[in-house]
Amino acid sequence: MVEVVRIVLSVLLVFTFAAVGVGLFLVLMERKISAWVQARIGPRHVGPYGTLQTLADLLKMLQKEHILPAGADRVMFELSPIVVAVAALMSYVVLPWGPGLIVRDLGVGVLYFAAVLSLEVIGILTGGWASNNKYALLGGLRSAAQMVSYELPLGFSILTVATVVGTLSTVRIVESQPYPWHTYPSVIVAGAVFLVAATAESNRIPFDLPEAESELVAGYFSEYSPLRFALFQLGEYGSLFATSALFVTMFLGGWRGPFELPVVGSVLSGIFWFLLKTYAVVFFFMWVRWTYPRFRIDQLLNVSWKILLPVSLANLLLAGLLVAWGG
Amino acid sequence: MTEAAAFYILTGTVLGAALVVVLSRNIVHAAVSLIPVLLGVAGYYVLLGAEFVAAIQILIYAGAITVLILFVILLTEGATGLRVRQRNEQVPLGIIGSGALVFLLITLLTRAPWPPAATPLPTYNPGAVGQSFLTAYVLAFEVTSLVIVACLVGAIVIARREE
Amino acid sequence: MIGLAHYLVASALLFAIGLFGVLTRRNAVAILMGIELMLNAANVNFVAFTKYVSPELVRGHVAALVIITLAACEAAVGLALVISAYRHLETVHVDEINLMRW
Repeated sequence: MVEVVRIVLSVLLVFTFAAVGVGLFLVLMERKISAWVQARIGPRHVGPYGTLQTLADLLKMLQKEHILPAGADRVMFELSPIVVAVAALMSYVVLPWGPGLIVRDLGVGVLYFAAVLSLEVIGILTGGWASNNKYALLGGLRSAAQMVSYELPLGFSILTVATVVGTLSTVRIVESQPYPWHTYPSVIVAGAVFLVAATAESNRIPFDLPEAESELVAGYFSEYSPLRFALFQLGEYGSLFATSALFVTMFLGGWRGPFELPVVGSVLSGIFWFLLKTYAVVFFFMWVRWTYPRFRIDQLLNVSWKILLPVSLANLLLAGLLVAWGG
Repeated sequence: MTEAAAFYILTGTVLGAALVVVLSRNIVHAAVSLIPVLLGVAGYYVLLGAEFVAAIQILIYAGAITVLILFVILLTEGATGLRVRQRNEQVPLGIIGSGALVFLLITLLTRAPWPPAATPLPTYNPGAVGQSFLTAYVLAFEVTSLVIVACLVGAIVIARREE
Repeated sequence: MIGLAHYLVASALLFAIGLFGVLTRRNAVAILMGIELMLNAANVNFVAFTKYVSPELVRGHVAALVIITLAACEAAVGLALVISAYRHLETVHVDEINLMRW
């Protein structure tokens, strides 16, 4: 009974953080970083340094009219953004925020993470179809094809780390890493593959053809009024933060840091290092986004099936051989 | 007590969504309703202590096969065939046939004296499954991988456009 | 509290619903969905038996994983056939695909 109460409270805490620290903050971060890359300032009027900008946008969105397109399938139109947001948020359950701070240490932690992220594709597909709009349908189909293709290298890089460490549980993966992070060659290659696949899974440039703003209007969410759009965005930025957090957990040492902060103790210090590293990885993703052009859909699928998949397969084989015969 | 509540909620979800899958007139609703069935069955696996199978079920069934089914529905006649009759003339025979089967299965399975388990289930599932696959059931493992390759090549060849 | 019989009854019902779907639907993809329901019901049986009857070597889990894999393969090939049939015959309803009937 105590366990249930603990889990419910920690879920509430994590989701509150996800709504505020991820949903609101990451949109602002994106706009500020894009401004920095493009040599301008970005939002600065609302709140100190523009920090309340996203809140103002949210308040504006809440009062807009909700439009259902003619001929659209009502049930699935309403359900799709919810599926995307929930699938993204469900993956926060296995992230270790600090020493002993995890909602539930599942025995199959990272596998659960990959499984839940693969549920987002369904929300995108039905969202594109339910809008009764050719361009939304095309965007949804392309996005689903891209995400399904890139799930394979993502899964294989996760499996490589699990092979080297010997367990699927996220807490054990953090605890068993040498300081400061892995230097095993297979793990480094797996990290690179993970970064590319995670960029594609979150539909970010250079892989964002499905929601290319200059080509498909807004892709699969063209027909959605702002509040549903905000749910889709929560799902996208939520999954971006979650995959960055998983990258930090598996490849960068999780919540461990070089020194413990003097006043606050080990738990808060662990949270501090975890958040610092995760936001650094998110910054890297955003920086890449505003620097590179985007791939065409056939180039995109080529990269996944002809480059990333053989590399990650060979890497997994190499890691297995090294673990079995090297020790 | 919580296990019983979880079991009944999952059973309600699974059977209700399965009825929508087989009875719905809208094929896209039927395909989307397959997802609660698959997630409910994954919930069954978690209740039965099979977490690894549950994660694989979500990853493959709900995450990949459902997407495949939705793709094919959208590529064949998803948006146009929604007003067409979806059931054929064999509905009464179908009801009788499945009803007889379920009656037979339930009577047989609940009356057979199953011996209780001698050892408890291992707690770290992936390790036990991995050991099984590589020692006792290695033939099944290798043959399954051959089947996967054959199906992969076969599906691509069959669905390819001939130009 | 929840014993083996509960899972067996639930899976039998799911199997019967899947069978009804296979027998009475016209759309080929809907028939494939009924087949998936039947395979899931069989999987639930396997995993339930592993926990309650014979957990050594986790045989039921191994069988369930093999069945999931084979179901994925069979769905892929079946759906490829449906796409190919749609391209040539312009229909996915199985009672209209009767070219080879005498």
